[in-house]
Amino acid sequence: MSVIILLLGASLTVGLLFLAAFCWAVKSGQFEDDYSPAHRILFDEQADDHQL
Amino acid sequence: MITVETSCYHCGETCENTNILLDDKPFCCEGCKLVFELLNGNGLCTYYQLNGQPGAPQRSQIRPDKFAFLEDEKIRQQLIQFRNDTHTHVTFYIPQIHCSSCLWLLEHLHKLDDGVQRVTVNFARKEAQVIFQQSQTSLRKVAELLTSIGYEPYISLQDLQHKKPAVNRQLIYQLGVAGFCFGNIMLLSFPEYFSGNGGMDTHLFRYLNLLLSLPVFLYSAQAFYRSAWGGLKHGFMNIDVPIVLAIIVTFTRSLIDISTNSGAGYFDAMTGIVFFMLAGRVLQDKTYQGLSFDRDYTSYFPIAVTAIRGKKNVPIALPDIKEGETLLIHNNELVPADGILVKGSALIDYSFVTGEADPVPCLTGDIVYAGGRQLEGNIQLHTIKAVAQSYLTSLWNRQELQQDAHKQPSFIHLLGRHFTWVVLGITVLTAAWWGFHDPSKIWPSVTAILIIACPCALLLSASFTNGHILSILGRHKLYLRNAGAIERLAATDHIVFDKTGTLTDKQKAVTVFNGQPLTRHERLQAAALAAQSTHPLSRMVRDFCGSNHIPVKDFEQVTGMGISGTVMKDTIRLGNAAFTGAAGIAATNGSVVYLSINGQVRGYFSIRNGYRNGIQSLILQLRKKYQLTVLSGDHARDESTLRKLMGTKATLRFLQQPQDKLDHILALQQQGQHVLMVGDGLNDAGALKQSDTGISLTEDSNNFTPASDGILAAANLPLLPYYIQLCKTSKRIILASFIYSLVYNFTGLFFAVQGRLSPLTAAILMPASSISIILLTWSMSALAAKKLHRKALQLTADEDQSFACARS
Repeated sequence: MSVIILLLGASLTVGLLFLAAFCWAVKSGQFEDDYSPAHRILFDEQADDHQL
Repeated sequence: MITVETSCYHCGETCENTNILLDDKPFCCEGCKLVFELLNGNGLCTYYQLNGQPGAPQRSQIRPDKFAFLEDEKIRQQLIQFRNDTHTHVTFYIPQIHCSSCLWLLEHLHKLDDGVQRVTVNFARKEAQVIFQQSQTSLRKVAELLTSIGYEPYISLQDLQHKKPAVNRQLIYQLGVAGFCFGNIMLLSFPEYFSGNGGMDTHLFRYLNLLLSLPVFLYSAQAFYRSAWGGLKHGFMNIDVPIVLAIIVTFTRSLIDISTNSGAGYFDAMTGIVFFMLAGRVLQDKTYQGLSFDRDYTSYFPIAVTAIRGKKNVPIALPDIKEGETLLIHNNELVPADGILVKGSALIDYSFVTGEADPVPCLTGDIVYAGGRQLEGNIQLHTIKAVAQSYLTSLWNRQELQQDAHKQPSFIHLLGRHFTWVVLGITVLTAAWWGFHDPSKIWPSVTAILIIACPCALLLSASFTNGHILSILGRHKLYLRNAGAIERLAATDHIVFDKTGTLTDKQKAVTVFNGQPLTRHERLQAAALAAQSTHPLSRMVRDFCGSNHIPVKDFEQVTGMGISGTVMKDTIRLGNAAFTGAAGIAATNGSVVYLSINGQVRGYFSIRNGYRNGIQSLILQLRKKYQLTVLSGDHARDESTLRKLMGTKATLRFLQQPQDKLDHILALQQQGQHVLMVGDGLNDAGALKQSDTGISLTEDSNNFTPASDGILAAANLPLLPYYIQLCKTSKRIILASFIYSLVYNFTGLFFAVQGRLSPLTAAILMPASSISIILLTWSMSALAAKKLHRKALQLTADEDQSFACARS
């Protein structure tokens, strides 16, 4: 029985961590702009942008 | 004649003048070339590599002191979000943001100005947050820099008056909490279901479930409590009332079961229902961030204008304009307050305010009303009213626009009410039956009926169907304000159109030359002269005659009369009858421009707004099913064309003031008709609001539309019958999936009336019905959208074809 209590505690903690992560993501506005972050990550940062 | 068309390297517009070249790259205008030079010089050419031709055309010049008002401390204070000793944070709304190149360039703004620390773009809202060091640059410089690279920030009076409301994320949090609790309760319920009699001790699990259900009961379900209470307060029983009743009964029953150790409770079913219903609500309430359905005149007005005080030009914030102020209105600027014209000659375009198609010429001493746009040169006004008392503002602040029109509640509330009465009937009968036979079973059977029979299936099918239909309509560029608009659009039986800008296309002019046919040489001469003026009629004559770059000598412009000049040794005059010496006034519909060559009148151009593509087939289609009305603020001169288009049964009314339009809609509604109003300007604002569904048309989503229930891309107007069709189908889908869900309800009721509803049965029935309803509504609405989708493809194909025809 005691091992079940341990497992319950562990699983609920993991669940709570994910809930906290979700709330954090909502708070930082990640679900509001789904275009810019997805594209921003693809931009190559060059030391000196080449000229044409 | 085959011409090789070159398109601008910056904006992709067709280059009429191929002389503007830089590094072998063609540009349509000097403005585009300037932007390219600036970016190229600063090593920012990645802009052009991410997307081809990402820019916006730079043809219209922006006057250099346009942003001078940003130097004004009072205005600046209200625009910036945050400032400390070194840094300032400000957010600009930039309508031109449209692709990843825009994103890239704006976020590399620091390469163009060292004072800019960081720019963060919110693509969905088309906003850029700029953080800059005020010691090195200023708000005005940042705005001017953005303008110089083609991203002019739009700063309107609205920015000054109220801060944007914070985004409401509560529903999302509630959904997250409900999902977490629901999942864990499901998991923790397994031992209960599968341990059998005399199995393991499940007390711990039961108390954990109770603990986990508390956040759902107390926090996540708040949205339903609030809505049910709001309804009851107004004496209206909406669908949330029986749902709240079911939630409370389920919770109480489960609490009693657990505390008396007689059962495991129905926490899994309860949290599951709340989770699914919240998910549906989130889907249904998803809003279009880039659009605003509540725009008023403040987002249409600029934030500041130039006032002349003494001999100095000072920027002045709009609310500070008083009577007796002298204002300088530049070319293409809005008149912010009613005033008397004191200097310059005005040509005011009132089409947005009154629906009149033709610009109105005004002479010194005339009254110019707020909301008009000055089209020709700069003028000076002596204000006679403050902004808040001007004609346009009073139009907006009228009583009927302030009140929320009472709109019919959704049919699901009525259906939910019937459903609840039936359920209560069954409950009473069951209670009576058990009262005679076995009173100990009254409590379990009655609570079980109430648990199983909450109309959540109806609410689920409604919210998921509406959510999906809204997103389908959005994909086809009809953006509805909320789910209620779907139902009202479906009920439409009378469609009212505005004429100018709605049935007609402001960009599309039909020009006809009447008189002795012109030779090619004469046409080019007329075009060359017309090209010298920015007057809208001149532009249309130029487009009609074929633009060119023949030099014009002795160009002269007499405002309100016409233009003259010498082209290839001939004296050409374009203008009204008196200016060109024409004898009579031509009887024609539309504006008239006379042409004389070397003093001899050759005839006149008649120019009127053309009807939109596809209007004819649209009206033919609508005529069969709906009553049609056209309410136009314009003159009746188009009547015969319009009558032919609209058919004999349609009502046509001309010279309609905004108030007349509103009254007409009201009269139709009193006859019991459901009115759909399609309009575009401020003059339609009252009618749009009064009608059951008001849809405003826009050429592109950055344009300013009056408050309405929906915003429709103008090019998609021919799809109107298919939108209405889809909305009608939506009601059928809701009903069908509701009837389907009754199967589950009856299965549950079968167990419930016998007092044998086990938590396991409830836990299986609830998610099974919810998920199957979601799948069913999703696939049915996707199927229903097929026709709309096919028509939309056909529409784009037709447009490409007509475009190709027009070119060849």
